[in-house]
Amino acid sequence: MDRAQAYEKVTEIFRDIFEDDEIVLSDETTAKDIEGWDSLTHLSLINEIEMAFDIRFKLAEVQKSKNVGELITALLSHVGE
Amino acid sequence: MDNSICSFRDLQKLSRKEVAGPGVKIAVLGNCSTQFLSQAINGAVKNRGFNASVFDADYNQIEAQLLDRESELFAFEPDFIVLWLSTEKLYEEFLDEDAGKRPSFAERYMAKILRYWELAGKNSKAKILQFNFTETEDKCLGNYSVKVTSSFSYQIRKLNFILEESMAENANVFPVDILSLQIRLGRDKFGDAPLYYNAKMTVSINSLPYIAKEVAGIIAATKGSIKKCVIMDLDNTLWGGVIGDDGLGGIEIGELGQGHCFSNLQRWLKQLKQCGIILAVCSKNNEETAKEPFEKHEDMILKLEDISVFVANWEDKASNIKLIQKTLNIGMDSIVFLDDNPFERNLVREMIPEITVPELPEDPALYLDFLQKENLFENIAFCGESADRTKQYRAEFERKKAELSYESIDEYLKSLKMVGRAREFEEVRFQRIAELTQRSNQFNLRTVRYTKGDIERISKDDSYITLYYTLKDKFGDHGLVSVVILKKIDETSVFVDTWLMSCRVLKRGMEEFIVNTLVDRVKEKGFKLIEAQYIPTPKNKMVEHIYDRMGFTPVGEGNYRLNVEDYIYKPNFIETE
Repeated sequence: MDRAQAYEKVTEIFRDIFEDDEIVLSDETTAKDIEGWDSLTHLSLINEIEMAFDIRFKLAEVQKSKNVGELITALLSHVGE
Repeated sequence: MDNSICSFRDLQKLSRKEVAGPGVKIAVLGNCSTQFLSQAINGAVKNRGFNASVFDADYNQIEAQLLDRESELFAFEPDFIVLWLSTEKLYEEFLDEDAGKRPSFAERYMAKILRYWELAGKNSKAKILQFNFTETEDKCLGNYSVKVTSSFSYQIRKLNFILEESMAENANVFPVDILSLQIRLGRDKFGDAPLYYNAKMTVSINSLPYIAKEVAGIIAATKGSIKKCVIMDLDNTLWGGVIGDDGLGGIEIGELGQGHCFSNLQRWLKQLKQCGIILAVCSKNNEETAKEPFEKHEDMILKLEDISVFVANWEDKASNIKLIQKTLNIGMDSIVFLDDNPFERNLVREMIPEITVPELPEDPALYLDFLQKENLFENIAFCGESADRTKQYRAEFERKKAELSYESIDEYLKSLKMVGRAREFEEVRFQRIAELTQRSNQFNLRTVRYTKGDIERISKDDSYITLYYTLKDKFGDHGLVSVVILKKIDETSVFVDTWLMSCRVLKRGMEEFIVNTLVDRVKEKGFKLIEAQYIPTPKNKMVEHIYDRMGFTPVGEGNYRLNVEDYIYKPNFIETE
């Protein structure tokens, strides 16, 4: 899986969770840019991504990913593990 | 994941909607983060047709909420309080204690839970839904840990056991067996360590729908959604093979072929019968052939006397099921139909949408396991051996036959030699009375549900007059058949808060007998007026006009009034004991 494919799938998940079909993600997107992205929704988001990609994030990755770019990088490091 | 389980996201979405249906207020208290559990419960309860509203106390607010009489919890006036004390948190508390205190951990913790129940009971009428404790693998001394009283493994198992004992003594507390879910899903799937350390949530997000479904099932059961009857197919459902083709020696039951799985299914069904579930047979067979294994096969666990209604013929199954339902006089939605044949299952589902038809797996080895996981028989009371009413249903069958041999209904009723009795609520009857308020749907004027705890409180409260009725006849004892609760409004009048009656005794003159004795009781106590009310539900149309028939005056909107001095006693054939 390449980064673009991962982006596409993750964007879908974001659009479903935040109920907004116009969400466009970039490496720099942070919680401040998306309405409703609080710590609780973050957990739900992580769970959906884990299910969609069949991966498990590490605790530190969940806590420390500062933006979408870091999240995608962490995600890709687990794919195919 | 299981198909019958909604995803957490679906429940979350549903939790934000309103559904048409009775409102239910649920408060969730935990020593862990419960926000997601609250959303899942909200969605799952809506899935069962109740418009849930949920109050989620913040993380670890149990004591603060319960101790303060004016807390948000009590202001919310919950119908249910969900109490979740997670093992992960207990484990930390346990390890932080002095090692010397650990052997008494379970007992001390139970004392704390009892205090929670007491505080909840003092300040609200909520029923408590108490989670039991999941297990961990502490292994401080390896396997040896489980015989060391100061180990967590020893104490958490002990705590589960004494929790069960305490719940048995508290009618207002209902267990939520999350331990069985942990066992089913496996500890690795059920928990989620990163989630716990990140957000203090002790179960994985994908396990929440399982827990929520159980909670919703219990809530629905307290509202009367309880299964009462299992209708069973025979060939390849209760035994392997076809009795008509294979004969008595050829069907698989006991040690023959796959017989063991059918034997175990029968063992479990027999236990259901002992717990009060009615067993009935519906089979495409000649009656004689179908009955033969029950009468003659020594490996059959179920015998003819375990079956309340036995229907074997060549009619379609939907019609036969309707016949059984009429004979038993119970709601279609309280019936489960078991059949190995997908064609028959679909036909029945199509013709009778209210009935529950489990999608049995193809392999009979999986039947029992599948049915147990489905958890179809959620209940909120157990009244011991008296639960088994098969004899009464069989006697009813005899009565039906006798009825046909008399010229007139009066002749028949006279021949029954009925004896009725009215008594105030007594302790030994609390359980059965509560059960009737929870289960009766058809002959139930206001459909108010009470727990054993409620009944106990009402019976001790001077502002109520309580009556329960029993009836017997020459064919047998019907036991407790009707419940009346009168609430005093003022010096001269009472209100019929509850009047329900078992449909088994309809058309015997019991309604007349009840109102006659009721009026007597009200007069004795010095009251002049009886106020009454009919609240329509989808199921109680049969009693829509009962107060008119009994001579009450309608005063609008389903309300009625009777001046006891004007009451004309209604003739019937029931003697007073």
